[in-house]
Amino acid sequence: MPFINFSKDEIQCKIVYYGPGFCGKTTNLQYIFSKTHEETRGKMVSIDTKGDRTLFFDLLSLNLGKIRGMDIRVQLYTVPGQVHYDATRKLVLKGVDGVVFVADSLKVQRKKNIESLINLAKNLAEKGISIRTIPLVIQYNKRDLDGTDSEILPMETLEKDLNSMLKVPSFTASALKGAGVFETLRAISKLVVKDVSRKVMMMDKQQVK
Amino acid sequence: MNVVITKKDLEKIDSCLGNMISTSSANAVLLIDRSGQLIAHHGDTPDIDTASLAALTAANFGATVEIARLLGEEEFTLLFHKGRSENVYFSAVGENAILVTLFDDKTSLGLVRLRISQMVDELSRIVASMFEKGRKR
Repeated sequence: MPFINFSKDEIQCKIVYYGPGFCGKTTNLQYIFSKTHEETRGKMVSIDTKGDRTLFFDLLSLNLGKIRGMDIRVQLYTVPGQVHYDATRKLVLKGVDGVVFVADSLKVQRKKNIESLINLAKNLAEKGISIRTIPLVIQYNKRDLDGTDSEILPMETLEKDLNSMLKVPSFTASALKGAGVFETLRAISKLVVKDVSRKVMMMDKQQVK
Repeated sequence: MNVVITKKDLEKIDSCLGNMISTSSANAVLLIDRSGQLIAHHGDTPDIDTASLAALTAANFGATVEIARLLGEEEFTLLFHKGRSENVYFSAVGENAILVTLFDDKTSLGLVRLRISQMVDELSRIVASMFEKGRKR
């Protein structure tokens, strides 16, 4: 649900990072925060527990530049991944314009990835949004563990498990080291902006202004 | 669905918020949507990150709605936090928005509540029409 403010020539959108617990959603935001210029981003707000697990959400706002003379501001949110925090996940999804699904490449997390994606589809559906139409990208995180003692899933398995039906853009990443983080952000931003531009163009035709 | 804020809408909202500040002596008022986006603000908020305040308010309000449901209420329509010198009052504006009022010892909770209750109906009409326009698209 983008907010189009004709008075300030500004469009505000909301992108949510979704995924199972400990998959690296907050780490993605922390990396983006650490690598963006102060002028283009706001503060990072986190509601977490003492054990560093997200309790409610993390929030980071970013300025993405202009389309058709309007400033684009996106707010990046994460959700708590643990299964029992479903009520808070639903709250964070309110008014969402795009989703990044962060999957954990660890073999032991295979089932949790699938459960979390099903949970996302269900929670979106409750808001009348189809997972097939909302701007969505998938990030396969923790690829840097490849070749270490931790056993990780091959890309083919992850794609088959999570993306065989959706067929959305997917990226490999290591949120801790930063690889793939901005590629993911760029892809989801592009999809969201495209979606919003389409809506703005439709409005131009209706001459709302 | 998308929400379109036209210049005309914002002027109406601004006049309500300005009126609220001048009659209640509050420091600032912010109108935010329930997903955490800032719609408008009026008054003095020099050191406050309004985007974060908006997001946290929506979360706070959302959590309170869930508490209300657990207790068999539909929702709590107002919330009040008292600090040593700064206070904040949150009130529901229809289904879609929340009004955040920041005030200090210069005024009283009673006056703030009175002014809000006098204004909230008009504000919810404006907001409802704004969301209604978005829904038609």
